[in-house]
Amino acid sequence: MFEHVLSALLALNSNKLRAALTMLGVVIGVLAVTLLVGVGDGARKYLDTTLSSLGTNLLNVVPGRTETRGGFGPPPASGIARPLTMDDVRAIERQATLIRGVSPVVTGGGTVRYRTRQRDTMVLGVGPQFSDLRNMHVDLGEFVREEDLQARRRVAILGRRVVRELFGDESALGQPIRIAGGRYRVVGIMEEKGRSLGFDLDDLVFIPATTAMDQFGQTHLSQLLTAARSKDDTASATEEIEEVLARRRNGERVFTIQSQEDLLKTFGALTAAMTMMLLAIASVSLVVGGIGIMNIMLVSVRERTREIGVRRAVGATRGDVLWQFLLEAVVISTIGGAIGLGLGAAIVAVVTKYAPDVPLRLSGWIAAVAFGSSFVVGVISGVVPARRAAALDPVDALRYE
Amino acid sequence: MSAAEELAPGAPLMEVRGLERRFVMGDEEVAVLKGVTFTINVGEYVAIIGPSGSGKSTLMYQIGCLDTPSEGTYHLAGYSVGALDDEELAALRNRFIGFVFQAFNLLPRTTAVDNVALPLRYAGVGIGERRRRARVALDRVGLGHRHDHTPDRLSGGERQRVAIARAIVTNPKLLLCDEPTGNLDQRVGAEIQALFEELNRDLGVTLVIVTHDPSLAKRARRNIKLVDGRVVHDGPALEGF
Repeated sequence: MFEHVLSALLALNSNKLRAALTMLGVVIGVLAVTLLVGVGDGARKYLDTTLSSLGTNLLNVVPGRTETRGGFGPPPASGIARPLTMDDVRAIERQATLIRGVSPVVTGGGTVRYRTRQRDTMVLGVGPQFSDLRNMHVDLGEFVREEDLQARRRVAILGRRVVRELFGDESALGQPIRIAGGRYRVVGIMEEKGRSLGFDLDDLVFIPATTAMDQFGQTHLSQLLTAARSKDDTASATEEIEEVLARRRNGERVFTIQSQEDLLKTFGALTAAMTMMLLAIASVSLVVGGIGIMNIMLVSVRERTREIGVRRAVGATRGDVLWQFLLEAVVISTIGGAIGLGLGAAIVAVVTKYAPDVPLRLSGWIAAVAFGSSFVVGVISGVVPARRAAALDPVDALRYE
Repeated sequence: MSAAEELAPGAPLMEVRGLERRFVMGDEEVAVLKGVTFTINVGEYVAIIGPSGSGKSTLMYQIGCLDTPSEGTYHLAGYSVGALDDEELAALRNRFIGFVFQAFNLLPRTTAVDNVALPLRYAGVGIGERRRRARVALDRVGLGHRHDHTPDRLSGGERQRVAIARAIVTNPKLLLCDEPTGNLDQRVGAEIQALFEELNRDLGVTLVIVTHDPSLAKRARRNIKLVDGRVVHDGPALEGF
């Protein structure tokens, strides 16, 4: 085997330009596989980490019946929906045992004003446990407290961006602000969270959920946020909440529980499909590279017919000739694959260094698949020419002009 | 293959008996060799001659074990060539025969040393040892100063010397030459022939030259003349056939 690889290398060395050009096809193919699949894989990793940073094992209860599994079902029939209330929160708090906590969520928005400065932003009415559930904590002051919720206090906790926009370098804590016209006092400032899935987590204002209902003229909650104690408890926690809420609705399940798991799975399936699609696209260039090798090898067999005759005359068997040409194709292809992989790794390294936001990754399995496929391409594109070479009759080969 | 060790000078090396070779051309079968019989012993110096179309090339491929008989038998060093498969034929060629062709047939872009070392590769000799032996063979044919030249940097005579070195590097019993001076001018051709004779004399290698060149044939000690697929003369050198 070593002898065959050696003579393949000698043959390539004797026609460097052609070998290099033939390799180029595979280099580009493997590079395409590496980068495109790297993008898909990077996107998956990015979504994974982003979604996990929002809190783990989250369960989100929304009013109305929808099919969560399908993702895009018909819109909930609003007639059947029964609103979620603070009483539902209290009931879950008292009766559910498999959850880490529960928080009401009232979504609203409006202009937040401090003296002459103002900013339109999203306002979330929440409960004290929202902070732990969503993994968003105050940096200064305090988050919404239980007594704030009960007393419907007009206190607000501002996201970093809101603080920057309204207060600049001034201290915000304890300052009076107006939210959608109502008077509030700043009691807390959130820590910096950055952007997630295109959403600025620092451009938020939190107020007690009860206060929010007053402020936005709502009689019910938008959502109810809770989380299972562990991943394994997700299913049973969902059932538990379902039961608590159904009991309060005469057994009617007119609400929907969305789990973060489902969301992750949906995204996972989506990115996996995308990765496979990119892989398919990249494979096309690899196939083209393989055809290039086969073409050159067929030309090479024809051109070297005399050489084949001479080799047979001095003692080469058909098998020797077969291996020689097959390995020549494989050597071209795998060297091309190695170069393509090296280039891919270099590009990934450069991109990761200078543009860390771009979700591009080179994981072991991509490298293995890319390099492995260059080997397979070599074998496939080498078989036909090699068999043709081996099938030559030595006498005909020696006489070939 | 232990028979080789018993091949003393004068012992029969090639035994051709009633050899026929037919080819299918369209619907009909054409016989090119029509019952050829002769024996060549170890150490002989033989020219196989005949006009074009006489079948001498076909005969050369037969005795070179590149082809097998349609009818009759051919024994080389005791092995019945018609009964061997592809691998055995390859091994037989590698071990007993050194070929020299009219067109040299060296591998392009490959140094003289690696060209000469080629047969040893198929004999299973490692790269270091076969290059060493290739250098010895090149020295033997008078190319001690051209070891690392590629064929395109060598003259015709030098190329043929490389080809001869390649033919003798395995210490074959038979040096089988097909119009070896056909592509060379007269002076260089004479030098090459002198080299063949020297190898025949000094190494005891059996020398069989297939040619239609009378000057080449008349120096051989024995001529086998072929006409229309049959042996018409087998004996001392012919003058001006």
